[in-house]
Amino acid sequence: MKLRYYILRRLLLSILVLLGVCTITFTLTRVVPSNPAAMWVGSHPTAEQIARARIELGLNEPIYVQFYIYMAHLLQGDFGVSIRTHDEVLHDIAAFLPASLELILTGMILSLVVGIPLGVVSALRRDKPADHATRLSSVIGVSIFTPWLGMMLQLMFFRWLGILPVGERIDTQIWLTHPFEVVTGFFSIDTLISGDLVAFQSVMIHLILPAITLAAYPIGLITRMTRSTMVDILDEDYIRTAKSYGLSERVIAYKYALKNAIGPTITVVALTFAYSLVETFLVETVFNWPGLGRYAAFSIISLDYPAVMGIAIVIALVYIVLNLAVDIVQAYLDPRIRLE
Amino acid sequence: MENYISEIKPQLRELRYSFYVIRRNTVTLAGLLFIIFLIIVALFAPWLAPYPEDAKGAVHPADAFHAPDQTHFFGTDEAGRDILSRVIFGAPISLQIGVLVIVLTLAIGVPLGVIAGYSGRAVDELIMRITDMFLSFPPLLLALVISAVLGPSLTNSMIAIAIAWWPWYTRLARGQVISLKERPFVEAARATGVSGFKIMFRHILPNSLTPIVVQASLDFGSVILTAASLSFLGLGAQPPTPEWGLMISIGRYYFLDHWYLATFPGLAILATVLAFNLMSDGLREALTPRLRRI
Repeated sequence: MKLRYYILRRLLLSILVLLGVCTITFTLTRVVPSNPAAMWVGSHPTAEQIARARIELGLNEPIYVQFYIYMAHLLQGDFGVSIRTHDEVLHDIAAFLPASLELILTGMILSLVVGIPLGVVSALRRDKPADHATRLSSVIGVSIFTPWLGMMLQLMFFRWLGILPVGERIDTQIWLTHPFEVVTGFFSIDTLISGDLVAFQSVMIHLILPAITLAAYPIGLITRMTRSTMVDILDEDYIRTAKSYGLSERVIAYKYALKNAIGPTITVVALTFAYSLVETFLVETVFNWPGLGRYAAFSIISLDYPAVMGIAIVIALVYIVLNLAVDIVQAYLDPRIRLE
Repeated sequence: MENYISEIKPQLRELRYSFYVIRRNTVTLAGLLFIIFLIIVALFAPWLAPYPEDAKGAVHPADAFHAPDQTHFFGTDEAGRDILSRVIFGAPISLQIGVLVIVLTLAIGVPLGVIAGYSGRAVDELIMRITDMFLSFPPLLLALVISAVLGPSLTNSMIAIAIAWWPWYTRLARGQVISLKERPFVEAARATGVSGFKIMFRHILPNSLTPIVVQASLDFGSVILTAASLSFLGLGAQPPTPEWGLMISIGRYYFLDHWYLATFPGLAILATVLAFNLMSDGLREALTPRLRRI
């Protein structure tokens, strides 16, 4: 199959899946709760309020008409109004997203910079102490309860050592004395644009603990993945040939082996991004990080359904797009995948 | 009987060999031993806990924030309850969550996968497109959303996790069934007039269980972590249940001044999930001949 047709086919499938996602969120908001109108109005509603809400929400219409209306609203970017903030859900999401993205990207860079070399070293020193130590720490990384890890780091570096802040994106004092213009929403970039190094330093210091917390699981995953593919590849004939030519271990590992081992790792990285989006619900709560995750956690606790469903759809959308991107990259790299 | 035993002799030898592979691996063995320890703690919690009534929500405000010493090995929490007792009573809760969610997940996912794989065509297409819908959410997110809709409680959180998790098993079971359904033993059963239902669940399913069992053991730790996450966000167990995730969530308000509040429940989660991950890695190696390292 030509790559073009493969992409087209995957694109169409993705649209179908997205429709499915909306079906699930629709079902969860309209069908599962026994009385969505009462839920919409809030606590202690009067009969009259409920009746009005039924009309407002279109609950008197047949179910397929309701679904049509629901979809029409979604397609226009109308995700409803948050019960808690009384603001449009999409507007809230757009406002809180940059803070989360900054945190997630920092965490992902960290997990790649740490995870890939660890995996390579582990594979090169197979069954030696360095390998055992790396494998054990990567299993711990995927076994640890993320918010707890964050709290332990706070305890150690904030309370006991006193060298890192407990939370937030920037020191309040510094923010007041060093105002900078918010352009991208990424404070690390915005402070650099303003050329304010004091504020930039504060932003970077505040990123350290939450980024480590968020990266723990991906580091474990990427290390394991890189190690297992590297172990397979290091047994291949072409690596032996390279060895017999007398190339150094370093060149063989990073120039010949890693290049072929990186494919599966890229898949993991893309899925890790989506994973991190949800994990920020926990991490941002612990570090009081004013991003989408903390907004989501608050919305969940206060049962703010429009906000919760809006976030769910946005994250599912990101997840689908990432999966699509991964599939296309894989198909581009490996023509066998296109034949199906 | 005699006949039957000689008939399954190769399988028995295989099983004994698997046990041998597990026994040889120290790390796997350590995981297994900790799980056995955990099960014993869970079964005898009322006798092992020094202050069993503290796990049920007794409060002693005068004893609040008692740092760890001989009377309270893990200290006391904000209501003066013994943290060690509560951590011990958390063990049966976490094990229950793991077992119930996995059983429920298997009960929904596997039959659907077997039916999809064996029937093919429209039925297969329908079931697989439904799994696609569920798989387009990260599992924790879907569990969170469903749990929020069902209302906060431990039971609802378990149902929510199972609903988010079953499609993985449907895919796995389907793949197994497709690889088996053209095998001679299935054709033989079909030729002798065995019904489709019986072929699916008596002939094919038992032969495709290994990867499903391995996956289930791998998922045990993730399920416990997911349940703890739901509790942490206020959707799972409710106070005063001694659930580890909930204890950490409440401990968050005090732990900077009283480190022991959140530390011990978190260590309990880490040890439990770690034990399951180590054991299931070894189990996968033992049950998958290709991965065995002799």
